[in-house]
This record gives sequence, C-alpha cells and structure tokens, in this order.
Amino acid sequence: MHETMVAQSLLAAISDEAAKHNAKPIGAKISCGKLWAINDEALCFAFEAIAKGTPCEGVKLDIEHKPIRGQCKKCDQSFEVELGNPLARPGCSKCGSDDFELLPDGPLILEEIELQTD
Amino acid sequence: MKKINVGKKILSENEKYAFENILFLAEQKKLCLNMISSPGSGKTTILTRTISELKNKIKIGVIEGDIQTDIDAERIRATEAPVVQINTNGACHLSAAQISAALKKLPVEDLNLIFIENVGNLVCPSAFELGENGKIVVLSVAEGDDKPAKYPAIFAKSKVLLVNKIDLLSGGQVDFDIERVKVDARRLNKGIEIFPISAKTGEGMADWYDWLIKSVEKK
Ligand SMILES: Nc1nc2c(ncn2[C@@H]2O[C@H](COP(=O)(O)OP(=O)(O)OP(=O)(O)O)[C@@H](O)[C@H]2O)c(=O)[nH]1
Ligand SMILES: [Mg+2]
Ligand SMILES: [Zn+2]
Repeated sequence: MHETMVAQSLLAAISDEAAKHNAKPIGAKISCGKLWAINDEALCFAFEAIAKGTPCEGVKLDIEHKPIRGQCKKCDQSFEVELGNPLARPGCSKCGSDDFELLPDGPLILEEIELQTD
Repeated sequence: MKKINVGKKILSENEKYAFENILFLAEQKKLCLNMISSPGSGKTTILTRTISELKNKIKIGVIEGDIQTDIDAERIRATEAPVVQINTNGACHLSAAQISAALKKLPVEDLNLIFIENVGNLVCPSAFELGENGKIVVLSVAEGDDKPAKYPAIFAKSKVLLVNKIDLLSGGQVDFDIERVKVDARRLNKGIEIFPISAKTGEGMADWYDWLIKSVEKK
C-alpha cells in the first residue's frame, strides 16, 4: 500500500493548484513511470480516504502509466521496453541489439486539473 | 468545467529526504545498500553471516526495517554490529525520512558500509528510493524461478541479485532453474551481478564478499 504516500503528495499538489485558481477541483490527470508499481484501484481508494472533508473530496483521478524506455549502447536509439512479459525479449527497435541501458523511470507528474466553473 | 494544464513534477516528501541522504552519504564517503526481498528469503541470515565473516575487513552497520518486532535487530546485535531498528507500524516499505533519522543514530564515522534491511515485500519497497547507493535483491530458490519475470521492477533496479538457499537444490527437493533466473534478470538489467549463495552453508559467499570489498574501496 505505498499508494497512500503517493496519494498524500498528490492531494497537496492538487490543493495548491486549485487554490491558485480559487476553484474547487473535480478531476486530475497524473502520469508516472511503470516502475512506480502503482495500482490504480489502490491509489484511488487511498486518495478518496484522505480527501474526505478537504476541498479535494470527490476529485476523480485519471492515471497514465508511462512505459519504461531503454537506450541502445550500440546505436544510441531510445525505445520502449516491455517488462514483465517473459516471452518478449526486449531489444533495440532499430538494430535489434540487446545491449541497452534502462533509462530512469518517469517521474510522478500532475499533468492537468479540472476545476468546477459554475 | 475548466481544464488547467499543470505539468508539474511532484517531488514527493520521500524524494526530498532521499536527496538529503544521497548528499550525506556522499559527503561521508560511505557505501549504503538497500536489501529487498519477499519475507523469509534470508536477508537477516545473509547479513549476520556477512558481518561475522568480514569483521576484520570492513565495519558494517545495519538499519533494520520491520513492520512490528525487533527480532531481526536482536539477531544483528548478537554480531556486535551497530544496528538501528525502524518499525513501520504496518507500512509495507521503508521511507527516506526514516532512513535519514536512522543514519543520525548510527556511528557512521566508524563504519565503511551501511546495510538497510527493508520490509519483506518484493513490490512496494522498489518504488521508494531511500538515497542508497544500490539495491540488493534477494531471491531464495523455494520462491520459484519465475520471479524476475513476474516482479520485474525490483530486478530492473538492483545492482546485485543474491540467489539464496542453493543448498536446497542439491537434494532435488526444489525445482529451480537458475539459468532461467539469470537470463530473465539480465534481460531486464544487463549489468546486474548475480551471486548464487547459501547463507546457511556459506557456499558462494566469497564472490559476494569480493564484490562488497571492491565496492567499499571505490567509495
Ligand atoms: N536452507 C537454507 N535456509 C536458509 C538460508 N538462509 C536463510 N535460511 C532460513 O530461512 C528462514 C528465513 O531467514 P531470515 O534470514 O529470517 O529471512 P529474512 O529475509 O530476513 O526474513 P524477513 O525479515 O522476515 O523478511 C530462516 O529459517 C533461515 O534459517 C539458506 O541459505 N539455506
Ligand atoms: Mg529479516
Ligand atoms: Zn540499436
């Protein structure tokens, strides 16, 4: 349940942004790399629980998981790496070499918030 | 309804503390390794054996993460190595803030190497940087040879994979294809060092010790 900690940071960031615009937030789009191992259901559940009674109560989260990328050591191409599929042999999309380095995982980003207008 | 583009990186509380720890360890020139595995793979047994057998070569301190008890910290204390206990009270991983506090309680100046034993869990701890210099993932043979394929994140992020309890393989009680583990782990992480060991019999531990000593010397 490390999602609880992520939910707390998220709640703070959404509250800050919404306060800047003097409006109530109703939705938020976030993205993060796959290695964050975030389970959508667990994150939404944790967020809902801690948002109760705050201006973020009722905010709907839309979570995008950014693929993991690798960089080829032979030709420098950067490409998507599929992890967790034992049958897929990740390799460079250009030259096919399997000598590559995993690039750092995508950070947690608050991409967009939706505000109530009425 | 109005949409606002934010596009802001959320520097979580955890990352702030992790960054502090990185700076502190760099300043002190100490090596800090974060041990991650499922419950019961043998982390504490590996640590106690490593501490005892390297006693005359490197000074090791330990930060013990446990959900509730101090059983593991007691086992480390019996080796006479300095140890700080962190109870996470239910949380499934250690946080960088907890490490920052624990580092202040260890006699860091007197040590060459600080081990963190994370909470037994193969998923959550891998998402939390503690500011360590490297992660060590432990997989014991009884857990099965499909773990790198099923839990890729931790194998992708670790510097070293210790395949523990290889003493169980000789009797044939466990079906475990160590070559499959090597191939799957290297597919995720070309540079990962893999040491098959038995913390019980001591088999294979020498290569692990060599790696530790070299890593400490590089600091
Ligand atoms: N046969 C065999 N048993 C081992 C070996 N290493 C550890 N064990 C046994 O495995 C059990 C668990 O070992 P621990 O060292 O407590 O494992 P751990 O990873 O620290 O466990 P948690 O902290 O609870 O996650 C104990 O009964 C150990 O004696 C080994 O190399 N071979
Ligand atoms: Mg233990
Ligand atoms: Zn290439």
